[in-house]
Amino acid sequence: MALRLFSRRAIAPSADIEAASLRSDRFRLEREVDWQRLELIVEALEKNRPRRIADDDLLELPVLYRKAASSLAVARETSLDAATLAYLESLVRRAWFQVYGPRSGLFAWLRQFLGGGWSAAVRDLWLDICIALSVMVAGTIVGWLLVESDRQWFYALVPAGMAGGRQPGASREALQEALQGTENAEGLTVFAASLFSNNSGVCILAFALGFCFGIPTLLLLVQNMALLGAMWWVFAGAGLEWEFAAWLSVHGTTELFAILLSGAAGLHIGRSMAFPGKQSILAAASASGRRAAQVMVGCVIMLVIAGLLEGYARQLVGTAAGRAGIGAAMLFFWISYFLLVPRPPDHAGGKAR
Amino acid sequence: MSAAIARNRFRASEAKRQRQLVTPEGLSLPLTIASRGARAGALMLDLLFIGLGAFALILFLVSIGIGVLSIGASSNQSPALEFVAVLLIMLFWFARYGYFLYFELGPKGATPGKRLLGIRVAARDGGRLTAEAVIARNLMRDVEVFLPTFFLLGGAQEAGVAGSAATVWLAIFVLFPFLNKDRLRAGDLVAGTWVVEAPKVKLAEAMSLAPDRREDYRFGEAELSVYGEHELQVLESVLRQDSDEALREVAQAICRKIGWMPGAGHDREFLEAFYAALRDHLERGMRFGKRKADKHDAG
Repeated sequence: MALRLFSRRAIAPSADIEAASLRSDRFRLEREVDWQRLELIVEALEKNRPRRIADDDLLELPVLYRKAASSLAVARETSLDAATLAYLESLVRRAWFQVYGPRSGLFAWLRQFLGGGWSAAVRDLWLDICIALSVMVAGTIVGWLLVESDRQWFYALVPAGMAGGRQPGASREALQEALQGTENAEGLTVFAASLFSNNSGVCILAFALGFCFGIPTLLLLVQNMALLGAMWWVFAGAGLEWEFAAWLSVHGTTELFAILLSGAAGLHIGRSMAFPGKQSILAAASASGRRAAQVMVGCVIMLVIAGLLEGYARQLVGTAAGRAGIGAAMLFFWISYFLLVPRPPDHAGGKAR
Repeated sequence: MSAAIARNRFRASEAKRQRQLVTPEGLSLPLTIASRGARAGALMLDLLFIGLGAFALILFLVSIGIGVLSIGASSNQSPALEFVAVLLIMLFWFARYGYFLYFELGPKGATPGKRLLGIRVAARDGGRLTAEAVIARNLMRDVEVFLPTFFLLGGAQEAGVAGSAATVWLAIFVLFPFLNKDRLRAGDLVAGTWVVEAPKVKLAEAMSLAPDRREDYRFGEAELSVYGEHELQVLESVLRQDSDEALREVAQAICRKIGWMPGAGHDREFLEAFYAALRDHLERGMRFGKRKADKHDAG
């Protein structure tokens, strides 16, 4: 109640309207109560305390905003009071930021996103996904062929710390042991968390590098997949290709899918800047950037799941068939999720934007 | 003299940063692009806040007896320690990606650092600032800020040709705001946003509430057509500042110009009357579509 009294007093007209000798000052004095009412609402919205605003005030916000905007338009043509013009410009600008600010909070946005916005954004990028997929497959084959032609390539492709005994000429037993699971779950949480942190860094990098016409993103994809191809060759040499594929697929179908999507997102930005079509480069870049950003948030979610699968499921499920089953199920889940969930009604349409 | 030159240069850079933004209502709003200095300062402040937060957290953990540095070194940890380790990894991840995202999605559209320097993020096309745009501009921050920092800290000098190539590549991102007139960084370009000044202005007193002195001072058409809108605004700011010395000087200058004898001691009264008469005169002209920008304008 005290607050109400205070706000009432605060927005009383500052002086008797008839006392002003200039017509433009009378114009201002007649309207400044509305302006100050708008200012109080905007102030509360800026402080993120919408509950402080009375219901009728909130209902009138659009009206007050339009009134202030039209006051500004009139004042620009009739008034030479610089201070009032500056105040009105600042007020309308602040109100505009609130009226057209980010409307949905993080959680409302997430609900819209999981309920179809994500799938729709992924479908919008189908061409880039095809390109990124073919580049990744090519990278794997190149890695395999390079190591087959000359073993020294393995050491160039795979960092020494990562190989950890898994190198050309290693015995079948040593390789088999590398694929073994562990019996208990101790220490795996930290492992999963650090894996996630690392992988999401790689994904975001793949996205952010797309900026330069997508070329660095493609290089990053080729390099990572060549590493995979080289590793696969080592295991295939020991007759373990099926076990290796199963070991990889537990989390790999999710993780590689996420890397594929983030590469495609980066590529999408790069491609739209190289070939903006009828739009200006800036408009094309920002439209594709917003589409790609949604895909990227999805990638982070996929990587959380991949980290959990890698940390727990892979270490706890020992058999190749079980691992391949989990991997295939995840792949099936992702593909059907992306293809089947319809676009939500309020989601801005892909290329038409 | 050099102060005047510096002031002019500042004003010129300010004029260069002016933009018109057209709202969906068709109203054009003037905006000022935030200066590079303000943006760099805001980033420093934000990084400082993140750093202080991390430091305080580690200090707290050490004080309750958890050796942070030993986490991950030993393989047989207690579940509680493991939990703390996971928490730390996730927290640092959120500090890197979540901090900027959370604050820029809020109603002020600005991180604490930006807020302190009076700037905020806005959509470049005058439309709504969407969540996707904020996400896109903050994911790009990774290559623009964090990667170069880690790169420099990680001893890039020893990496040879690849190292210098990477330096050049990262420098493109860091220097990006210097390469375009809107001060966009790469993230702004991709997201369709820009960073603008968001000052708060208080409503000042109306000027013509002073006692009406149209009877005491009568200004004719010839006297009022000497000046234009620019001089009127200068006079307004002098009256609002209300310093005796400035009032006297301005009153004498005006009297010389319009050929009156300056009356001693009534500077403020004279200027208020002249201001009201001049504004009335110019605003009447405006209503008939005639504007006079300054004293050199023939009108």
